[in-house]
Amino acid sequence: MSIDESTAAKVAKLARIKVEEDALPALAQEFNAVLGFIEQLNEVDVEGVEPMVSVTPMRLKRREDVVNDGDQQEKVLSNAPDAREGFFTVPKVVD
Amino acid sequence: MTDLTKLTLAGARDKLRSGDVSSVELTETFLTAIDKADALNAFAHKTPELALERAKAADVRIKQGDAPDMCGLPIGIKDLFCTKGVPSQAASRILEGFKPEYESTVSQKLEDAGAVMLGKLNMDEFAMGSSNETSVYGNAVNPWRRGNDDAQLTPGGSSGGSASAVAADLCLAATGTDTGGSIRQPAAFTGITGIKPTYGRCSRWGVVAFASSLDQAGPMAKDVRDAAIMLEAMCGHDAKDSTSVDLAVPNFEAMLTGDIRGKKIGIPAEYRMDGMPAEIEKLWADGTEMLKAAGAEIVDISLPHTKYALPAYYVIAPAEASSNLARYDGVRYGHRATLGAGDGITEMYEKTRAEGFGHEVQRRVMVGTYVLSAGFYDAYYNRARRVRTLIKQDFETVFAQGIDAILTPATPSAAFGLGEMTDADPIQMYLNDVFTVTVNLAGLPGISVPTGLDSQGLPLGLQLIGRPWEEGDLLNTAYALEEAAGFVAKPAQWW
Repeated sequence: MSIDESTAAKVAKLARIKVEEDALPALAQEFNAVLGFIEQLNEVDVEGVEPMVSVTPMRLKRREDVVNDGDQQEKVLSNAPDAREGFFTVPKVVD
Repeated sequence: MTDLTKLTLAGARDKLRSGDVSSVELTETFLTAIDKADALNAFAHKTPELALERAKAADVRIKQGDAPDMCGLPIGIKDLFCTKGVPSQAASRILEGFKPEYESTVSQKLEDAGAVMLGKLNMDEFAMGSSNETSVYGNAVNPWRRGNDDAQLTPGGSSGGSASAVAADLCLAATGTDTGGSIRQPAAFTGITGIKPTYGRCSRWGVVAFASSLDQAGPMAKDVRDAAIMLEAMCGHDAKDSTSVDLAVPNFEAMLTGDIRGKKIGIPAEYRMDGMPAEIEKLWADGTEMLKAAGAEIVDISLPHTKYALPAYYVIAPAEASSNLARYDGVRYGHRATLGAGDGITEMYEKTRAEGFGHEVQRRVMVGTYVLSAGFYDAYYNRARRVRTLIKQDFETVFAQGIDAILTPATPSAAFGLGEMTDADPIQMYLNDVFTVTVNLAGLPGISVPTGLDSQGLPLGLQLIGRPWEEGDLLNTAYALEEAAGFVAKPAQWW
């Protein structure tokens, strides 16, 4: 399986990382190196083997479904690059 | 007057108790040492005022007579841990200026125990790297050198700043985190001891997430006793991490008897890699002899899927990273790119992430995105998770045969030069974790112990892998190995 430039561009788009046109060939090459390494997994017989979900088999703890946190608007916004009037601010999303 | 920076945690604890020294004196000594060691670039953010404030409080507690072991002991905290009001950037540009409003559970436990945080330690960006060369703060530098050669060496990664700081006596011990070897490899490269506990022992709450099913915190310390003392303070159930285990935390230090008679130590055939340097092979054989001489039974074992651990890791870790790092979008915290006229929200995400993430992080996020994308999820991600099941079964099989611990090399080489791997393909760098990554995939505890020097005078370490939740027994085996190896070398001070 070989990754071409258009696939690399598509992956960058999915990952929401801007990659300039002229950087795509090198990126595709790096993907191919990593994927070539991963291909070794095809040698393993995994017939009937369950994919691991949790490395430590344990039942998740249950708790009462009650509000135990909150009312910290100022703290939540304190690290925002742009916060106004108690809200996060982003570029226009809907026309 | 003894040099206070050379003390162990245990030694400093005893001096504080007997009143030979105060925490304030100890802390001031380390703050001075840190300021003289900027050439190592181990500390990314220094917190002297906070440290002295905590040291004063610790002195009061110690006088009152009911202080826990860690009380008054100056330590460093890896930048991956969120610390309230103190920059916590995971060594990334994308978290520039981020000051958490909360404290990670592990650093909170250490603070509650009275430990004194000296500052935040350098690391690879988002813990992705094996040489501390992907950090936005620049490289951390290994205090060790090849003889009289002044070429700068890597302290390893990702916990490179932690390793450098402990090895150079800039703190008594430090926190690290380990996703594929990030505690054990840098510990081996700098001649110190580092343990990654069983997955679930330490809460991950407030630790910047890389690959959540693999990440574990642990101590990096000057010896096994210190690792035991600090690990105990870091462990324990936390309702805020659903994968944190609700098990009693033993007194690990009390379990260090050095008696390993009758213990079965496995030597896995598959770790004898092609092209293994003769020095590493000898180190491993010597370590095996030491454990045998201490009364352990040496058993040849097989872990047949070892070869597939790294490729499985390089599917699972990037997949989880691509999901975890989706949160860095320029909205809630950290860096946001300056937008051009007409740029919308998608451009904001794309430019922010391109500017904020370094090259290795971008590559891993995109590889993760690819292996999780429609049409490839089964072929890559699910297959890797199946292989992970087989890797864990390999260990379960040998433990069921009565093996108590497994001895392997910690790394395939001694510390390499900073910049030496720049032109190598990324896989070459990934191979650093070849002996450590299986342990993360199987969720097991693993410890790296320095046991020798190579021909150039650089430290080398061995790894012991234990049964799940049996860190106490593992630490005791490591203690026996440490006693037999008698590693006491220190780097000559040049910084």
